[in-house]
Amino acid sequence: MSHATKAANFIQNESKTDWHNASIWKARTKRDVAAHNVPEWEELRNLASQIKDNVLGNLDNYLLQFEEAATKNGAIVHWAATPAEHNAIVLGILQQHQLKKVVKSKSMLTEECHLNPYLEANGVEVIDTDLGERIIQLRNEPPSHIVAPAIHLKREEIGELFHKELGTKKGATDPQYLTEAARQHLRTAFMESHAGLTGVNFAVAETGGVVVVTNEGNSDMGVHLNPVQIHCMGIEKIIPRAQDLGVFVRLLARSAIGQPISIFTSHHHRPKPGGEMHIVIVDNGRSEHLGREDFRNGLKCIRCGACMNTCPVYRRSGGHSYGYTVPGPIGSILTPGKDLKQHSDLPFASTLCGSCSDVCPVKIDIHEQLYKWRQIIAEEGHLNKSKTWSMRLAGKVLSHPKAYGFFGKMARMALRYMPRIAIYNGLNEWGKERELPEAPQQSFKEWYQQNQAKHE
Amino acid sequence: MSKEQILARIRANKPSAKTLPEIPLFPQEVPDLAATFTALAEKGASRCISLPNIEELAALIEVHFPSAKQIASSVPLFRGTLDLAKIDDPLALKDVDLAIIPGQLGVGENAAIWVTEADCVHRVLPFITQHLMIVLYKNQLVWNLHEAYQQLKIDETGYGVFIAGPSKTADIEQSLVIGAQGARSLTIILLDK
Repeated sequence: MSHATKAANFIQNESKTDWHNASIWKARTKRDVAAHNVPEWEELRNLASQIKDNVLGNLDNYLLQFEEAATKNGAIVHWAATPAEHNAIVLGILQQHQLKKVVKSKSMLTEECHLNPYLEANGVEVIDTDLGERIIQLRNEPPSHIVAPAIHLKREEIGELFHKELGTKKGATDPQYLTEAARQHLRTAFMESHAGLTGVNFAVAETGGVVVVTNEGNSDMGVHLNPVQIHCMGIEKIIPRAQDLGVFVRLLARSAIGQPISIFTSHHHRPKPGGEMHIVIVDNGRSEHLGREDFRNGLKCIRCGACMNTCPVYRRSGGHSYGYTVPGPIGSILTPGKDLKQHSDLPFASTLCGSCSDVCPVKIDIHEQLYKWRQIIAEEGHLNKSKTWSMRLAGKVLSHPKAYGFFGKMARMALRYMPRIAIYNGLNEWGKERELPEAPQQSFKEWYQQNQAKHE
Repeated sequence: MSKEQILARIRANKPSAKTLPEIPLFPQEVPDLAATFTALAEKGASRCISLPNIEELAALIEVHFPSAKQIASSVPLFRGTLDLAKIDDPLALKDVDLAIIPGQLGVGENAAIWVTEADCVHRVLPFITQHLMIVLYKNQLVWNLHEAYQQLKIDETGYGVFIAGPSKTADIEQSLVIGAQGARSLTIILLDK
């Protein structure tokens, strides 16, 4: 199903669409307030982008430096080229210690690798411990937003789910009450678990440590209560120095939800006494993406979600319409590199308004990349038929002034005199859900010629 | 093998190296750092209390946490009801009502406090406790994170964390709830000396 079809399904419920739009826009407005409170905001964005430029050009060296430092710290570093390798490594660590129950904090990488179903198929129970992640795990669906995974759900839906799964009172919808029920449920899970697994926000090459941020403290509960801790990271999470954290941590939570900093910014460097610390470094197409000159900047992403919150298309189509772990504008420039044909509709799920690039804390040229992917998708023949012939026709008409004049006149006549059914039908995408503008009496060219004659 | 494969592909595909920028400290004139810190902490749902000295702490705990049964403290001069040094299994901390730990450094721009595993004794303590109290001296405050990272050595201990408030979530309809998986409240004690 294409993005447009899924989006059309999403907006069937008009009041929910309006709520979704407003609710996410709130995060964008909070981001603005937080950003405006930092006088050096634009300088920080420049610095973040420059640090990431340096990282991309030295990625192999930084990864090796990181591995060496982490190993010296007592961590065990693993390398995985593919999701299958990543999943097998994680399972291997668990099996080696006969661990059957894992608590996991939010990690888009493990979502990308479909780790949960793999572990479950191999007899390991996985419990997502971020509240939003736990909600969607219980509903058996993917996240719809990388920062707020359950943002597509109303409190009534969550209340119903918790009534069924956690035994809360029927009809209870108070977020405070539901969160408390989840707290009790998850505390038990933390106590009974055997290993803690997390994603990684930043991996510091010079010190060999990983930094994980949360607001709930769930990642730390899982990591510290279990002897075995596993951190899974994409190769692009590397930053060179500890002092670079100052730049990225200042930008991350402000961009995401307008907080000056996440509640917990945890720096893990060594295993706890008697414990084991594993770091799994995953490629899964990233090193290939590095070779795409026009698109490699996408690897600078720090997963704040600001581009989603600001995107007029995302806010009104929901994260699930994108059909990939990372939705929204950033997802739409990362996915075509993974499978051009499968994701060929995503770069079109945008108005190219450029707001995503304006809010991006690491200054990724998102809207320009969306435009460039469109060229490639057209060249490689992945455009759908109606778009192909309409674009071809438009190209011809727009490059021939006479044809342009003729078709303009025809269109104005048609809008005025044709019956509604001839204009508002399945063939005219522009007539769906909206009225076309009233046709003017004359074209601008005609008006100009008339006026010029008058003034001479 | 995967390692060599990944590194080889990176080497083949990476752009030419660009210089790593210097990070300025972005200093700012802040007339009263403690006041700024306090205001931000309270905005983030923490409670901030100024005390002239640590001797006053016991009385304050009696007033604010009268029903706390298990108190774990790693602050010198204040003994809780649990001896942290004698606990091996972090699960034994599951019923702690109040944990009191020292902070290393406070950040004015975001009211975050740096705490290390040396301060917590057990890494899980500030998370598993129902309520958390961090004791900080006013002269341990800096303005922003750049200054903080300049002063800190993040790998000095095996684990260190910036804590900026009580555990919270907004995962249900973006509605803010304090007390998600970690501590339900954070009280910051700012000491004059």
